[in-house]
Amino acid sequence: MGTEMGQKRHSASLANKVFIQRDYSEGTTCKFQTKFPSELESRIERTLFEDTVKTLNNYYAEAEKIGGQSYLEGCLACATAYLIFLCVETRYEKVLKKIAKYIQEQNEKIYAPRGLLITDPIERGMRVIEISIYEDRGSSGSSSGSSSVSGSTAR
Amino acid sequence: MSAVMITRKVRKWEKLPGKNTFCCDGRVMMARQKGVFYLTLFLIVGTCALFFAFECPYLAVHLSPAIPVFAALLFLFVMAMLLRTSFSDPGVLPRALPEEATFIEMEIEAANGNVPAGQRPPPRIRNVQINNQIVKLKYCYTCKIFRPPRASHCSICDNCVDRFDHHCPWVGNCVGKRNYRYFYLFTMSLSLLTIYIFTFDIVHVVMRSVDNGFLNTLKETPGTVLEVLVCFFTLWSVVGLTGFHTYLISLNQTTNEDIKGSWSGKNRVQNPYSHKNIIKNCCEVLCGPAYPSVLDRRGVMQEDSPVSATSAAPYSTSSSSSNPVPQTTKTTAPLIPNEHTPDDAKPSIAASAEKSPSPKEEHPPAPKVPPLASPETDAEASLTKDKTH
Repeated sequence: MGTEMGQKRHSASLANKVFIQRDYSEGTTCKFQTKFPSELESRIERTLFEDTVKTLNNYYAEAEKIGGQSYLEGCLACATAYLIFLCVETRYEKVLKKIAKYIQEQNEKIYAPRGLLITDPIERGMRVIEISIYEDRGSSGSSSGSSSVSGSTAR
Repeated sequence: MSAVMITRKVRKWEKLPGKNTFCCDGRVMMARQKGVFYLTLFLIVGTCALFFAFECPYLAVHLSPAIPVFAALLFLFVMAMLLRTSFSDPGVLPRALPEEATFIEMEIEAANGNVPAGQRPPPRIRNVQINNQIVKLKYCYTCKIFRPPRASHCSICDNCVDRFDHHCPWVGNCVGKRNYRYFYLFTMSLSLLTIYIFTFDIVHVVMRSVDNGFLNTLKETPGTVLEVLVCFFTLWSVVGLTGFHTYLISLNQTTNEDIKGSWSGKNRVQNPYSHKNIIKNCCEVLCGPAYPSVLDRRGVMQEDSPVSATSAAPYSTSSSSSNPVPQTTKTTAPLIPNEHTPDDAKPSIAASAEKSPSPKEEHPPAPKVPPLASPETDAEASLTKDKTH
């Protein structure tokens, strides 16, 4: 996944990283704080950022939902001594794939043109959403910098 | 002629800090000390083998062929649950990469303000409100993170584990969020298997004694005596353990919380995770979603370190900024050395002494797991195992 970069791009350099922490107000379910960090104030609109985090929170809530489907999955798996997980993907894994796709999409469309990059929380142990802030180096201008940035995420 | 460097693909599990051993190229993850786990395996397999050899032929003929069939199914289920508990990632939280650690340090310093020289800085605690209760999150000096609620650091495996229950030497692994239900099903099915074997041993001895006499029966099937002994001692411990964990599940508590008395007592906070409904609590723990492992064990390490080394990172003021090694372990001594170790060492060792799912032999199941004994590093062990595979 094109989430780690910066080593090969010469026109943009990593300036800072912001870490969006977990929101534990509703328990141990995976949810991130929607508080807008001050470092991003000049880089991206508040609503876009909040939308991204809220969508991610919804995805995680869907993955961790305890209801009819999770009971069915649990009971079926137990009946097969959980051997079925060797062949079939769990619901959580399916949602994680959707999340990875969503993050890549967001990076390409919204964050990379603004010189930002979101790292999938699963790569940080689901503890934080890491947002890397890049500064354009040199006089090549933001257009070439952003195109090279978005090009790398499309890998 | 140019020298060609053949670089071996290095998988991430080889560089993981912590005191785990990995097998099958990262697919299997266990604690370092596995001796007691082998004992568990031996006792279960041995007793069942004796049962199938001595009792089953007689019972299948004289009572019903369904008896060995059901015993076999139960045995397979027990083994599946045991191996699943022992080999899976209990929910280990990866350590913070340097930038995240620095970010957290800066937040802590900002929160604490200026501490006069010579005075100890205040303990690193973050208060969060969960379901209208205040829960304190402690800072882990080894992993450099604020532990999520219900997570705890296992000193034997040297990892923070999410929803840490206890470290079980009998399964050779920690029991945490990801493998708790397998552990519970293991103890429950082992209880059933033990009761089953014990019952049919008695039935077999009685039936045979009617025909041949008691002493002759024991001579013909010497295995029975051994089985009855093992089952008798196992029954008390495993059935008790299953009952204890059933109680914990109905209250949505972990062994760690129970031992520390986190939610007991009038002055203490009430358990904010409990749904106050036994059925709901059981459903959440046993039928909840199957959480994925956040340790990417089988991912391939990038050639260069994940921390971008090309840019001058202006914000990182720590000494490791010039050499960004991602998972440096044990580089900094904890500021308050015993802040987390006694808490976590005591429950894991005490728990392993009290709650032993396998039979108690004449000697007490002493927790002979020295937390810091590390005869070999993970890399060496894994390379050896690589060669054998």
